[in-house]
Amino acid sequence: MIEFKDVTKSYPGSDTPALADFSLQMEHGEFIFLVGPSGAGKSTLIKLFFREQLPTEGQILFDGKNIATFEKAALLKHRRQIGMVFQDFRLLKQKTVFENVAFALEVLGKSAKEIQEKVPLALAKVGLADKGSSFPAELSGGEQQRVGVARALVKDPLILIADEPTGNLDRDTSWQLMELFETINQGGTTVIVATHAWDVVDRMQKRVISLEAGHLNRDEKRGSYRDEH
Amino acid sequence: MNINSLKYCLRQSVVSLKRNFWLAVVTSCIIAVSLAILGGFLLMAVNAGQLIRNVESNVEIGVFLYADADVSAVQKQINSLEGVNSVTFVSKDEGLVTFSNSLGDPALLAGLKGEDNPLPDAYRVKATDTALVAGLAESIRAMPGVEMADYGEELVGRILKITGWLNTLFVGISVLLALGAVFLIVTTIRLSVMARLEEIGIMKYLGASDWYIRFPFLLEGMAMGWVGTLVSTIALGLAYSKLATSLRQDAFAFFIRPVTSVEQLAPIFVGLLLLGTLMGGIGSLISVRKFLRV
Ligand SMILES: Nc1ncnc2c1ncn2[C@@H]1O[C@H](COP(=O)(O)OP(=O)(O)O)[C@@H](O)[C@H]1O
Ligand SMILES: [Mg+2]
Repeated sequence: MIEFKDVTKSYPGSDTPALADFSLQMEHGEFIFLVGPSGAGKSTLIKLFFREQLPTEGQILFDGKNIATFEKAALLKHRRQIGMVFQDFRLLKQKTVFENVAFALEVLGKSAKEIQEKVPLALAKVGLADKGSSFPAELSGGEQQRVGVARALVKDPLILIADEPTGNLDRDTSWQLMELFETINQGGTTVIVATHAWDVVDRMQKRVISLEAGHLNRDEKRGSYRDEH
Repeated sequence: MNINSLKYCLRQSVVSLKRNFWLAVVTSCIIAVSLAILGGFLLMAVNAGQLIRNVESNVEIGVFLYADADVSAVQKQINSLEGVNSVTFVSKDEGLVTFSNSLGDPALLAGLKGEDNPLPDAYRVKATDTALVAGLAESIRAMPGVEMADYGEELVGRILKITGWLNTLFVGISVLLALGAVFLIVTTIRLSVMARLEEIGIMKYLGASDWYIRFPFLLEGMAMGWVGTLVSTIALGLAYSKLATSLRQDAFAFFIRPVTSVEQLAPIFVGLLLLGTLMGGIGSLISVRKFLRV
């Protein structure tokens, strides 16, 4: 369980906090959309949970433990159970698709044998089983993002977090990607997606957490992008 | 850090070294030169130390008499001085034999026997204590019939003076060069870090440990240091053994016996190897700390 308790995050040099007195609970296995206008604090929320940033005030608990207190080893363990997907894909151009996905296991010190086993499985899950030897530049945007998802998935994370993963994709491709996330969530992985793709949010009827200027503005179990009341 | 990670780090270092190949070569060369100079200085210091010790432990006053001196009177006077341990008479004929033997070829001076012998009669005087040598030499010099009394004070003084100067010079030069080398390592590693900035950013999100990210750069720096040191120690070793051999065969350098004992030389060469590796490591640590926020 992920719990934000009265979290405030102020970046140095800006007078309004990116998150202000923010509280929230997320359960294992949930599918959650983070919505809200640009600058609302979605990325900040994600960075705080990944502990890329520390909260100015308040606590973030993961399974009851305050993640701010994690020492090196515990922090690595925390981060290793989170798979990250980015708007700009962040693939390595000089590596093939296979190598990009393998990289996620390499940096964890996994054996060549394990890499040979797991990478094809991850590529198959995202529907790119036959693209292993291609380079990112040879793929469409949607395919590149699937490589990003495969790289996040290959280490079997507890939680998959995607920050505007469809920001650079067209509508059909976005929809397919969201369906992929739903499949992954059905396998038991918690999925958190920050997005502007309102039509997808409306259609999928998942939990929607809406932020506005650093405040929690709406939290609905089967919500839509905009407030309907 | 397991064996898979180690393999990865090694591979990364090799890739980086290849990418910055010429810079790495130049850096290694500078390290080699600075360490060779430092090593040359250390070898010289070891040899000078041995030379001084040789001279000091054999302090013996050589007393040379005028041709018309009263040999037995002088001996009596010397014996009466306080602090004299032994007095050995070396006749001019014995002196000639010793000298020609020391030249390695007795035949060389064969023509100078008897009346033609240019050497004076002499005494070799040993003191009971090295501290008394200077005073004894002084008293002996004042005796009638004594042309000179010498115990190599000038030699010791000159060796000390020269090595003092050279010490400062060599240490200064090698410190400057070492600083330059470390700076070059910092630059090379910085380039490697810059070339991999995107990759490093991704690695952090993938949960790579700080050490996993840093280690390839550390290896890269140490490899440059190590190559440089290897080159310099090999060059220095060859040059030194050549010099030592030719000194041994040189009749006019018979008083210089180069140090060849492994116990004395090994620490120098091992020390240089460690130092070069350390310089590489320190240079890359500086660079990684400065340019790699992990
Ligand atoms: N590293 C940062 N330094 C300073 N201000 C930041 C930083 N990151 C985000 N902000 C500010 O915090 C606020 C929230 O940003 P962000 O969390 O990126 O919002 P969102 O992802 O919802 O668009 C914005 O006003 C943004 O300008
Ligand atoms: Mg954002």
